[in-house]
Amino acid sequence: MAHGPAKGIRRWLYTTNHKDIGSLYLWFSFAMFILGGAFAMIIRAELFQPGMQLVDPEFFNQMTTMHGLVMVFGAIMPAFVGLANWMIPMMIGAPDMALPRMNNLSFWLLPPAFLMLAATLFTEGGAPQAGWTFYAPLSTTYANPLTATIFIFAVHTMGASSIMGSINIIATILNMRAPGMSYMKMPLFVWTWLITAFLLVAVMPVLAGAVTMMLMDIHGGTSFFDAAGGGDPVLFQHVFWFFGHPEVYIIILPAFGVISQIIPTFSRKPLFGYSSMVYATASIALLSFIVWAHHMFTVGMPLAGELFFMYATMLIAVPTGVKVFNWIATMFKGSISFETPMLFSLAFLVLFTIGGFTGVMLSIAPADFQYHDSYFVVAHFHYVMVAGAVFSMSAAVYYWLPKWTGRMYSEPLAQVHFWTSFVGFNLTFFPQHFVGLAGMPRRYSDYALQFADYNMVSSCGAFLYGVSQILFLVIVILTVKGGKKTTKEKTWEGAEGLEWTVPSPAPYHTFSTPPTVK
Amino acid sequence: MSESTATTNNARSNANRRIVLGSVGVAVGMLIFCFFVLPPLYDALCDLTGLNAKIEESSYEAVPAAVDTSRTVKVQFLATNNESMPWQFGPALEQVRVHPGEQTTIEFVANNTTGNDMVAQAVPSVVPFKAVDYFHKMECFCFERQPLKAGESAKLPMVFTIDPELPKQIHTITLSYTLFDVTEMDAKASGGSFQWGKG
Amino acid sequence: MFARAKQLSVLLLGSACLWGVPALAADSAGRSAENMPIGVTPVSQTVYDIHMLMFWICVVIGVLTFGALIFSLIAYRKSKGAVAANFHESTKVEIAWTVIPFIILIGMAWPATTALIEVYDSDEAELDIKVTGSQWKWSYDYIGEGVSFISNLSTPKDQIANLAAKGENYLQEVDEPLVVPVGKKIRFLVTASDVIHSWWVPDLAVKRDAIPGFTHESWALIEQPGTYRGFCAELCGKDHAFMPIVVEAVPEAEYNDWLAQKKKEAAEIRALTSKVFTLDELMTKGKEVYTKHCSTCHMENGEGVQGAFPALKGSAMATTAEGLAGHLDIVVNGNTSKGMPAWGTSLPDVELAAVITYERNAWGNGSGDDEPDEDDIVQPIDVYNFKKGE
Repeated sequence: MAHGPAKGIRRWLYTTNHKDIGSLYLWFSFAMFILGGAFAMIIRAELFQPGMQLVDPEFFNQMTTMHGLVMVFGAIMPAFVGLANWMIPMMIGAPDMALPRMNNLSFWLLPPAFLMLAATLFTEGGAPQAGWTFYAPLSTTYANPLTATIFIFAVHTMGASSIMGSINIIATILNMRAPGMSYMKMPLFVWTWLITAFLLVAVMPVLAGAVTMMLMDIHGGTSFFDAAGGGDPVLFQHVFWFFGHPEVYIIILPAFGVISQIIPTFSRKPLFGYSSMVYATASIALLSFIVWAHHMFTVGMPLAGELFFMYATMLIAVPTGVKVFNWIATMFKGSISFETPMLFSLAFLVLFTIGGFTGVMLSIAPADFQYHDSYFVVAHFHYVMVAGAVFSMSAAVYYWLPKWTGRMYSEPLAQVHFWTSFVGFNLTFFPQHFVGLAGMPRRYSDYALQFADYNMVSSCGAFLYGVSQILFLVIVILTVKGGKKTTKEKTWEGAEGLEWTVPSPAPYHTFSTPPTVK
Repeated sequence: MSESTATTNNARSNANRRIVLGSVGVAVGMLIFCFFVLPPLYDALCDLTGLNAKIEESSYEAVPAAVDTSRTVKVQFLATNNESMPWQFGPALEQVRVHPGEQTTIEFVANNTTGNDMVAQAVPSVVPFKAVDYFHKMECFCFERQPLKAGESAKLPMVFTIDPELPKQIHTITLSYTLFDVTEMDAKASGGSFQWGKG
Repeated sequence: MFARAKQLSVLLLGSACLWGVPALAADSAGRSAENMPIGVTPVSQTVYDIHMLMFWICVVIGVLTFGALIFSLIAYRKSKGAVAANFHESTKVEIAWTVIPFIILIGMAWPATTALIEVYDSDEAELDIKVTGSQWKWSYDYIGEGVSFISNLSTPKDQIANLAAKGENYLQEVDEPLVVPVGKKIRFLVTASDVIHSWWVPDLAVKRDAIPGFTHESWALIEQPGTYRGFCAELCGKDHAFMPIVVEAVPEAEYNDWLAQKKKEAAEIRALTSKVFTLDELMTKGKEVYTKHCSTCHMENGEGVQGAFPALKGSAMATTAEGLAGHLDIVVNGNTSKGMPAWGTSLPDVELAAVITYERNAWGNGSGDDEPDEDDIVQPIDVYNFKKGE
């Protein structure tokens, strides 16, 4: 059994090893993060000042659309799948994922999907430009048919990849646990991923269905979303957000898991309220199915509908609040140190909570009539997506990098990365609350003069944040190539869990004989 | 490899298969749900609540009801041309006042100003939501596609009545038609009448 | 280590303070660069109050939560020799922080519900206006008054292209604002003719999606005369950022005068259909119409955009007598697969005639001398007859 990896490109093409596939996912997602980030830089550069300077409005719309699609489907989701591949088997004492060959396939579907998507940039009609939410009829009747078709196939491919990845994760967690690893002993990261995987299996087909209906409307003469043939464009929004809201939790739940691993480690104290964390995660997932129409408060719904979706959405604050309070209670009376993973986790905690507050404000339907589709919403979801998902990914990388590579990253450089990210992020997105409230709509390629000052601040912050991610890449490469060797099994003093019982770097095969969990 | 691990491996791959089948089942189920349950469910909800003001697309069987002469309701008629539609299209009268229970006939006028034969579909919409259930059309040009030859014009009748049960606080009902060009759609669909996505 | 924790807490407090800024500078409609406008309708006032209430509840919860966090970070630093306790659950505490937020939420839901009911009370307005969104302009119909017009962005292209200094109302000015009376309940019936748009005027707290094929309502009762500017809030394609809304709220008497004037103009336009114009008159009017409606795509110089919008300058359609029927047809009936709107449904015949005449004589499209050819003048009656199919 104990053979090493094959050499060269074949290792990566044919690998069924969960660590290899995890690395592939992580590198791929980082590449997409840089690509999506480049799109964001173009957006912020154009918005640096009022007036059209660098790009035309059409290209601007392509950038906002591609930025959203690439970040959500190309960067954040695969990043967490990569993390799951690396960590779940090691956390539950399994030798590998349950379905290693499918694992290989689910990764290798991603590059073609995103090549297709990126290729649309070079077609005559350009990339998709109806926003990452691609509302019909802008994305159907009024879109370039070639672009729309390629886009739909790309979504199908990445959807298939996600579903396969999730099935694998479910099978691994249900079947491959070491003896004694009962459900309520699983690390919280494993729990959050189990719930996330179920969400993915349930809602990715809905996205697939939505884009298939689009495809049929474009080429098949159907009228799902066209009023002329008896359809309804608003139906698209319902179907999309029936997928889209759970999707938001698909992105954030694994981040909760990561934070729940890191905070106890650096507080040197067990996670407070483990079981309530599990229940809170599950209830957030369940609630995510009945709140979708809060994205559509201005669409024209009967009063009863607005009230229902408003109340249901407000309810989400309860389990989310429980999580935040539990994390703080974990730190209370701990013994806290501030290494980079902890700094990112603390920033996550604070900024995600601010995103949560604006989330509660957005759930209030009458006020949402003013917030909806303004920069206030943009600020809100970047507080939960970037400060939530991306910060927690940074935390996770610094936390487990020594385990993956057997080398320590440079703490001073990593702290520079943290502080530039933190400052850059807040400079970018905090002012967006202001311009949003003052009335600036989102997805605007040009804007009125009263929004100019904060937009300039926002752009400066974005450039700082962008540059600091390049520093992140440099730090990781420096670590992999020449970081200080560390062979300790337990990199962090307060770390608990099976992954810290294997040597560093983690051997190619771990837990070929299952450990026994007391 | 000992016999016992082989058995566990066997049991494990059986369990894996169950999970894969189950998950694929869920995924396929959700896909079916998305195609065959969500759109009809949405239409049913629309009917129930007046959501998005979709209204019944077949004629209402008039039930003789007492005319409520104690109040009048203002009924407005709006016409919108979808961008693809060059016809001249509008109501002969922009608003009428009627008693609930009264049967009223009004007319829209359509004129195909182009040099091509065309087919149009009028899509109706009623506001406020609360009035949808009480606004009944006995006869409407929106029930069917309307073909007009090049340069032809037509008077399109609509017969409606308002239920005397209409809540007292509703004083105005607005009926709005958007006219779509369905010439191509009509040509495509003439092969068969089956229509996806039609609620 | 202390320094770091302090830095963090300073930043946290800093962000918390920034949230307090919105309460500062505001003008007569309660506008500021940082916060939601208070607006000029009862509903906008209610919405603003709810917004501020929610905001302050969040601030209080935030101060308590982040206070506890910062306290823990400072008090239990390992560098100061903190030793970790080992507790990891407390049913009582966990129930408390499930139940208390729930109660707070009920407290928030109550005013939100009453506000929502207020917003939905759209019965019996004194004035009904149909609002239609199309790529990329708004049109307004005063129902029952026979007055309707299109409202286009009036910011000069030079300002957008940074060739001229930007005016005060850059991208928030239109050629024809929506004029409404103060103190009257106005119902907006919002729809669209192509893709989804959204009609948003922050000062009125009205945002309603404009959906093709469906009409939805919203309403406002403006209490204060003034000019209120808004935007399209739903991504609708290329010029999403360039279709603003301007609402002029005026006293009732002034509104009645304006409406009478508008009706008179409409009648005049109808009368003009039978009038015969000179080339100069048509060219002047035509240039105006062209700049307003056509130059976005066909460009000011009539050269169009290669591969997207055909050139009119020197085209067979606009220069030959045989092209005239086609010219009338394309302008009146449009060609949607190529993005050309059917102007016959939105512009009066006199403007159609003028713009066609302009296109047939500008940029050297005429016969070259000052005496235009017979086929180069199109009169309103020609357009009228064309529409009638004669």
